[in-house]
Amino acid sequence: MKMGKVIGRVVCSEKLPYFDGLKLLMVQPVDENRDEFGSPLVAFDTVRAGEGDIVMYEGGKEAAQTLPNWFNPGDASIIGIIDNLNIQGGGK
Amino acid sequence: MIIGEVIGNVVCTMKNRHYENEKIMVVQPVSPDGKKSGKTILAVDGVQAGPGDRVIVFDEGGSARIVTGNPEAVSIRTVIGAIIDKVSIGE
Repeated sequence: MKMGKVIGRVVCSEKLPYFDGLKLLMVQPVDENRDEFGSPLVAFDTVRAGEGDIVMYEGGKEAAQTLPNWFNPGDASIIGIIDNLNIQGGGK
Repeated sequence: MIIGEVIGNVVCTMKNRHYENEKIMVVQPVSPDGKKSGKTILAVDGVQAGPGDRVIVFDEGGSARIVTGNPEAVSIRTVIGAIIDKVSIGE
């Protein structure tokens, strides 16, 4: 799992039938200090996250398995909204 | 498997059902001599690790299901499977 920040939504009217009714969000990877790094990615939302939320997301086959129909080609999925990030020593 | 150091934990109210009742730790990957290598990751804790512990992290779904002991938890991929006492290289 990795941490990310939701920075926007992605809307597609033409998509594979596996993805009907699912919400897509843009996620910017962040580190333990909430500092952004790397490139944003598109992930499915399984927890009703919204813009500005710090979330945890998973990639690979396990991301596909979070969806109701596990047989799908998805490779990134938001699996939790982080309420509290406790870092030893308080972080930054 | 990789070596990491636990530096904290995260708390989530809203999460995927496979992650219910699981403790999730923030892990900083480290090299064998303890230097940071790469960005932090999150891992489900299978061994009651705490901040400051050096641990082994599995990043594979089948291993994760064995560590959590829940074959239904198909979306869990990253888990802490051991607390390291010592790494010796070339001693």
